[in-house]
Amino acid sequence: MSIFEYNGCALVAMVGKNCFAIASDRRLGVQLQTIATDFQKIYKIHEKLFIGLSGLATDAQTLYQRLVFRHKLYELREERDMKPETFASLVSALLYEKRFGPYFCQPVIAGLGDEDKPFICTMDSIGAKELAKDFVVAGTASESLYGACESMFKPDMEPEELFETISQALLSSVDRDCLSGWGGHVYVVTPTEVTERILKGRMD
Amino acid sequence: MESVFGLVGKDFAIVVADSSAVHSILLHKTNEDKIMLLDSHKLMGASGETGDRAQFTEYIQKNVALYQFRNGIPLTTAAAANFTRGELATALRKNPYMVNIILAGYDKETGPSLYFIDYIASLHKLDKAAFGYGSYFALSMMDRHYQRDMTVEEAVNLVDKVIMEIRSRLVVAPPNFVIKIVDKDGAREYAWRESIKDAPVIAS
Repeated sequence: MSIFEYNGCALVAMVGKNCFAIASDRRLGVQLQTIATDFQKIYKIHEKLFIGLSGLATDAQTLYQRLVFRHKLYELREERDMKPETFASLVSALLYEKRFGPYFCQPVIAGLGDEDKPFICTMDSIGAKELAKDFVVAGTASESLYGACESMFKPDMEPEELFETISQALLSSVDRDCLSGWGGHVYVVTPTEVTERILKGRMD
Repeated sequence: MESVFGLVGKDFAIVVADSSAVHSILLHKTNEDKIMLLDSHKLMGASGETGDRAQFTEYIQKNVALYQFRNGIPLTTAAAANFTRGELATALRKNPYMVNIILAGYDKETGPSLYFIDYIASLHKLDKAAFGYGSYFALSMMDRHYQRDMTVEEAVNLVDKVIMEIRSRLVVAPPNFVIKIVDKDGAREYAWRESIKDAPVIAS
């Protein structure tokens, strides 16, 4: 079994009208055994920037700690939050630093940039950025997620409709993947508020 | 293979480990204590490579004590768990410790807590956790019978059910188990569950 499939994860981020949504599953497993059904995979960097880390859980935790450290230092020096585009470059650089001994993580970054324009991107485990205008996916259920998102996505959705779409895409994809699931965790972020919701799907 | 499991009750946490010391086909002793007292209110049950287990848990124990000497106050359970994860994560890509850990503790402010720490340094706070071949039976029994806020009697009852399951269904079942408990009065040995009695070791 691949090291990326050791713990199991499903991540998706979508762009809406002046908002974005980022969603993950909640399972933490050790290969075939489920350890927890409330594992956090999406982390807040600041009010308008979220990062989801899929892949090996230990590397996701280590990488998150390093990123928070770097962002806090940035905030102290610059006296402002990092822009999503800058943060994506930071993540890419951190990952490429370990080119010949990488972190086994695939990040999904979602944020509101200048003038609250939504920004999403994903990258592979050595930091190759993939910017998208509509949606990005990562994790063991990524192939299902590509299909589900492609068919369900429409541009310029309002936050409520975006939440419905991303939730349906996530739940239907993780139902076809034995390594991810046990519910969903969805963040919908607009310029004024952040809404966090837990989804109950097939609990298996 | 070594079994360690633990659960959180009302104002206490219990950690149980088998007590066999095995080298290939030989059972050296059946009263090996695999649950270390980190400080007055913390238990660390560990399973894995024998040398790594003994060395690593002692290293953590001494560092927890050092923190208390330097700072005058003890570490919280969460802090001790994160410290342990940090040490495992740092060593992971150099000289990994093959030790799986269940860390349980009682803090005055937050009550009892239990942390699952994989040998590859994945950390998660849980109400019930298990490692080893016994985990297949332990997790299933605990999923069925565990409730929040159990009393000590109910929890020990559940522990005995798990031990019975491991003894009857695991082909190389360990004969003896040690049960340790941590609550507001501190961490201490609660009981042994023995089916083979070893000759006591005379201190030299």
